[in-house]
Amino acid sequence: MKLKVQLACAAITLFMGAPLYLITLAALSSRRSLNEFPLSLLPTSLSGETMSTFLQSTGILGGLLNSLTIGLSTVALSLLIGLPAGYAMARYAFKGRDPYQLALLLTRALPIVVLSVPLARIFLDTGLYDTTYGVTLLHTALALPTTILITSAIFLGVSREQEEAAMIFGASPLAAFARVVVPQALPGIAASAMFTFVLSWNEVLGASILTLNRRTLPAQVLATLADSPLAFRFAGGLALVVPALIFIAVARRYLLNMWGTTLR
Amino acid sequence: MAGVTVTNLVKTYPSGNRRATDDISLDVADGEFLVLVGPSGCGKTTLLRMVAGLETPDGGTVTIGGRDVTRLPARERGLSMVFQSYAIFPHLKVRQNIGFGLTMQKVPKPEWNTRVERAAELLDLTDYLDRHPAQLSGGQRQRVAVARAIAVDADVLLMDEPLSNLDALLRLQFRAELKKIVARLGTTTLYVTHDQAEAMSLGDRVAVMRDGRIAQIGAPMDVYDRPGERFVGGFLGAPPMNFFTATVHQGSLVVDDQSVPAPASLASWNDKKILAGIRAENITITQGQAQEGVEAEVEVAEPTGSAILLTVRWAGGELKVQTGPGLRVAPGDRLRLELPAAALRFYDPETGLVLA
Repeated sequence: MKLKVQLACAAITLFMGAPLYLITLAALSSRRSLNEFPLSLLPTSLSGETMSTFLQSTGILGGLLNSLTIGLSTVALSLLIGLPAGYAMARYAFKGRDPYQLALLLTRALPIVVLSVPLARIFLDTGLYDTTYGVTLLHTALALPTTILITSAIFLGVSREQEEAAMIFGASPLAAFARVVVPQALPGIAASAMFTFVLSWNEVLGASILTLNRRTLPAQVLATLADSPLAFRFAGGLALVVPALIFIAVARRYLLNMWGTTLR
Repeated sequence: MAGVTVTNLVKTYPSGNRRATDDISLDVADGEFLVLVGPSGCGKTTLLRMVAGLETPDGGTVTIGGRDVTRLPARERGLSMVFQSYAIFPHLKVRQNIGFGLTMQKVPKPEWNTRVERAAELLDLTDYLDRHPAQLSGGQRQRVAVARAIAVDADVLLMDEPLSNLDALLRLQFRAELKKIVARLGTTTLYVTHDQAEAMSLGDRVAVMRDGRIAQIGAPMDVYDRPGERFVGGFLGAPPMNFFTATVHQGSLVVDDQSVPAPASLASWNDKKILAGIRAENITITQGQAQEGVEAEVEVAEPTGSAILLTVRWAGGELKVQTGPGLRVAPGDRLRLELPAAALRFYDPETGLVLA
């Protein structure tokens, strides 16, 4: 029984890990070694050549910058709107609270393509088309439901009495929030921020429709995928996977914290 | 230092159709320790939270030290508070927790240190100043909450069931300590509890609350000995006051075939029904062949160590009788009880209010 569980774990890990390994290996190998047969599964001929060519090709560095800009602005904007909303959901019983919560989830029920085409029209009219702002707005809209739901769950974990205590001892409501609630909610806020960043980083459909020249990295890679050599595809894959991996490494502890597990 | 005056305070919660506090007026003198006690839902915590500024009254005013604070936020009322759940901040060390109020007041560092240390010393927390609350026991966390409340030297100290999360033994120890500390500080204190023993032992005065109103207010022993209504007698004291219905007839209280001498003041109630109350410890047992008193049969005998609590049945129903530990009785024994007229209290059987 125990052996079977171990085997299953190993199989799942391999299923996830093997493609990652192969992409990394291919992206970091010299171009010549990719065409060898049989393909070496060990890093025998490491070279940064593929990656550096990839990074130097047209649109990639710009796409990387665009992706970073959009990702970080999306995080900032969704926290700016999402934190107060999450706080309100956690603290106040207001009319229409439950329908509001449901409606939040419903925004995610709309396919991004369906959302993007009318948005493209509006953005064309308002001059937001093909700007990082436009994509930021779309990504913020996509990220807000999770930001609000996650942060409201976190705020629920900080007792109301603690805030009241802070206010009794001389804090204004804002100071009580900043000094008592935020420090305790910080891990959760960080996790939700990273979640948002990865969502924005990986989102490709909306970003492709709403931009032409100011492509994000995944949109750029997707657009040029068909007519780029094999090595480039691997390099693009690695460039897209790395932030997600960093996210998982950093956020793992917080995520476990967030779901109330004590696993380390 | 300042007194607290509450005038005609009314509050109805949006979810409830009943007033949580119903036109309450209350005067707490400077330096007084007043306990608000009552069953859950009687409005005592709501009253305290309105004094604190955590709840807005629908009507009425709150005055602290002669200053109308009804419209002021909690932080401008110059008070401090101990919460039922302690509400200490888990992300701050004990030192920062105790000094939180001083930090908010921007007290300079040297003074901050001395005041935090003084408060910690008063509550035996000196060795724990650099720990986080998670590393403390429940009793120590409660001490941190109290230390935080006294470090700010507020005019008024509010306490919302501060002992209710401690276990019985700790509660008893801390109760005496709390009384000593508050007496030493001389701060005006409003203390909320549902535990009548706590109320009796701590307060300079006790306000017994029921259904959003103050049923009776006075010195603990006054309220205990002379309950102003049936509810107060039944709520205060363990065991609660005994009540029985009797008919006044020519200077005595008649219950079935038994009778007890009645005071002359009941003359106007001749041949009417009346509710009589007596404390368990005021009933005396006469053994032997004596003929005075009323007949009763023992149902249960519970030795409590320092006394014996008897449950007896007589013509008027069930009575709780407290007697010295030396008495030997068993269920089924017949006794004669004396109900001294001086210890009897009389109430209107319909309103439950004391007869003047």
